[in-house]
Parts: sequence; C-alpha cells; structure tokens
Amino acid sequence: MAGNREFFYRRLHSLLGVIPVGIFLMQHLVVNHYATGGAASFDKAANFMGNLPFRILLETVIIFLPLLFHAIYGLYIAFTANNNVGRYGYFRNWMFMLQRVSGVITLIFVAWHVWETRIAAAFGTEVNFQMMENILSSPFMFWFYVVGILSTVFHFANGLWSFLVSWGITITPRSQRITTYVTIILFVALSYVGISALVSFI
Amino acid sequence: MAENKTVKFIISRQETPDSAPYTEEFDIEYRPNMNVISALMEIRRNPVNAKGEKTSPITWEMNCLEEVCGACSMVINGKPRQSCSALVDQLEQPIRLEPMRTFPVVRDLQVDRSRMFDSLKKVKAWIPIDGTYDLGPGPRMAEKKRQWAYELSKCMTCGVCLEACPNVNSKSDFIGPAPLSQVRLFNAHPTGELNKAERLEAIMGDGGITNCGNSQNCVQSCPKGIPLTTSIAALNRDTTFQGFRNFFGSDSI
Ligand code: SF4
Ligand code: FES
Repeated sequence: MAGNREFFYRRLHSLLGVIPVGIFLMQHLVVNHYATGGAASFDKAANFMGNLPFRILLETVIIFLPLLFHAIYGLYIAFTANNNVGRYGYFRNWMFMLQRVSGVITLIFVAWHVWETRIAAAFGTEVNFQMMENILSSPFMFWFYVVGILSTVFHFANGLWSFLVSWGITITPRSQRITTYVTIILFVALSYVGISALVSFI
Repeated sequence: MAENKTVKFIISRQETPDSAPYTEEFDIEYRPNMNVISALMEIRRNPVNAKGEKTSPITWEMNCLEEVCGACSMVINGKPRQSCSALVDQLEQPIRLEPMRTFPVVRDLQVDRSRMFDSLKKVKAWIPIDGTYDLGPGPRMAEKKRQWAYELSKCMTCGVCLEACPNVNSKSDFIGPAPLSQVRLFNAHPTGELNKAERLEAIMGDGGITNCGNSQNCVQSCPKGIPLTTSIAALNRDTTFQGFRNFFGSDSI
C-alpha cells in the first residue's frame, strides 16, 4: 500500500465522503427535521444528540477527522481539474464540474456552520432552537443556509454516484444510468428534508 | 457558380514549441467531397493566406488517411477529431483548426503524443510470449469474447480522449483513458491474464486510474466508440480487489 499512496488516498477520500460523512449528513438532516414539530421537539432531539455518551470522541472520529481529510484532499482534486463544459457540454461533464464547485461551496458553508454552532457551543452558548432562530432571522444568513444545504446535498448525492463507479460497483452504462436516477431522487428527498427544517426556524 | 466558391479556414499556427500561437486565415477553393487534409494539402501547394500574402505551409501529421492510425488528430471547430475523416461539407464555416494542446505542440497543428506511448509501456500493454523455447499455442479465446475484445483493440492512440478529459492537464500526471482501456484488453486475453496483477499495479501507481473524475467526456469523444468508461469502471473493481489482496495478502496464486 505504501507504494501507491495516491491510489490509497483517492480511495480513502471517496470512502470517507460516504462513510461516515455522508451517513452523518443524512442523520443530521433527519434530526434537524424535528424543528418542523416546533421548538420543544427540536430542543429535545438536539439535547439527546448533544448529550450522547463519548460525544467528543464520536464527533472527532466520525465527523471532524474524516471531514477534514475529505475537504483538504478534495480541494486538491478540485484544483487539478481543467473544467471544459464550454466545449463538452455533456450531462456527466456538468456533474463533474458541479461536484467540484459544490465541494468548495460546501466547505465554506460547513466551516462557517461549525464555527457558528459547535465552536460557539464550546464557549458555552447553548445549541437550541433559539440559536438557529436568531441566526436565520437575517435574510442573508437564511439564503446562505439554503445555498449551503442544497450544495451539500448535491455534493453528497452526486458523490454517491461517483463512489459507486470508483469502487467498481456500477460498471455498465445501464447500471450507471439507474444510479443517476436514484441519486437524483435522493437529492430531491434530502433537499426537502433539509429545507423544510430550515424554513420552520423562521 | 461553383467556380469561385471558397472555404474559409482559420488556422492556429505556432513556429516552435515555445513560441506564442497566432491565427492565420485562408480561403481555399471549394472542391466536392473535400476533407480537412485535402485543404491543408492545397495550402501546402500554394501557401498564400486570405490577405494574399505568401506564408509558410502548415505543418500537420497524417499517415493512413482512413481513420485508423490516429496521427492526424486535431481540434476542428472546437472538437478533437481526425482531420482525414472530417469532411468539409459537414463542417460549419469558417473551419477552425487548432492543435490538441493537451500535448506539447511541435509546430502548427503537429503535436507530440509520446506520453501516450510511454503510458502504454508503463502499463505493459502487450502480451509477453517471448522465451528461450517454443511455448506452444496459447489457450483459445471464445469467439464472443474475441469480438468483444476486438472493439477495445480498435484504439489508435489518437489522443482525442486525453484532449477531452478535464483531468489530463499540466497540473496532473493522469495517463488518461486510452492506456487504461488497453489494460482491460490485455487482462482479458487468456495469455495476457498471466500478467494481470502487474498491469493492475501499474495503474494503481501515480497518475493512474484513481485520477479519473468520471466526467465521461472520453466515451462521448472516442472516434472508435470504445466503451472507455465501462473499461475504467471494470478496472476500478479489479483494482479494488487487487488493493485488498495487496494489503491483506491472498491465498490465491
Ligand atoms: S480510446 Fe479512442 S479517443 Fe482514446 S486514443 Fe484510443 S481511439 Fe483515440
Ligand atoms: S491519417 Fe490516420 S487517422 Fe487520419
């Protein structure tokens, strides 16, 4: 494995994007959806998540470290591409470019989001419905979150499609086409979950 | 009316590998069934540009003139393809010719595709059968499989798929789709299979298969209709297993 580091890093990057980061994303969106049931229901869920045993360890191993690696190596991948959708306007080439663009937007969004919630929490602010309500009361922040959520969900759904190709799970054109449809449905479904939770904070 | 019908060409020119490219326009007298090469030959015969100035003939490469050698590839109206099979009647005018800049430009439209041949060496795109004694006939290949392999063997190392790939550029050392697909071809051969692991390990090295970002431009662009993305995905599966074997060890020989 030492001899082919690039192979190992690229595959690790692909794997971490889905397991654990992608799984965590789905979990996070679903838990946030408690917000549609009102402040009390969201606070209860946030409390449960926030007080999980070994929280710091879980967060570090399952979220922060994989995310950090995925983000840094992903930036490197994004900037080694010479995008050419102008010349080759095929669907997959657009997805290729959007995967890189959404990756960068997601990185900015997630960095800000972590700063605003987790770092603030570390300094003693309580993470609850009230906090999100305050943040989202500014129209700019609301739209920033809309773009951030859509970009994150797109990056995950399309990344899942690439993951299946990169690990040799979908090989034939037909299997790749079917997973294109499946990941489009996933994109729509997760966007709905994320945006409906977001809207219920205002 | 046919006598004075002309075809306009806008051609990218470059004196030396390091000099700045510029464009030059030409008006060529139209002849029925012209291809791009016949227009370039016309300019070579009478090197005068659209302004009526005498200029140097254009440099380009060609060989088979029937789209099997790949030497004459260039970017025609924005798309890389073979100039011998590019018919003037089917092209929008003015016709713009540029070299495939993914490769080092030698002069005008001529590029140096050496990197592709180096990659074929790197991935061992051959079947070693030489020895000190006669090894006898190899195992037979099923006819159906032979027909399938024939499609992959049509690759003429033209470079169009590398030109179309967003990940083949000066910032990366990705070998590109063509040599990867050749690995699949030689690994599928009953005798070539004996060296399967070596080839897989070659494409698991730097610049190898993981550089593919799935833009799938290659399969849309290949003039030979080679199922490049299917080859790459199949090799992704093979390298996954090879990676596990390398890491955990394997009891199969
Ligand atoms: S795979 Fe197709 S496009 Fe690529 S070099 Fe071979 S023939 Fe040309
Ligand atoms: S001259 Fe051989 S492909 Fe055009």
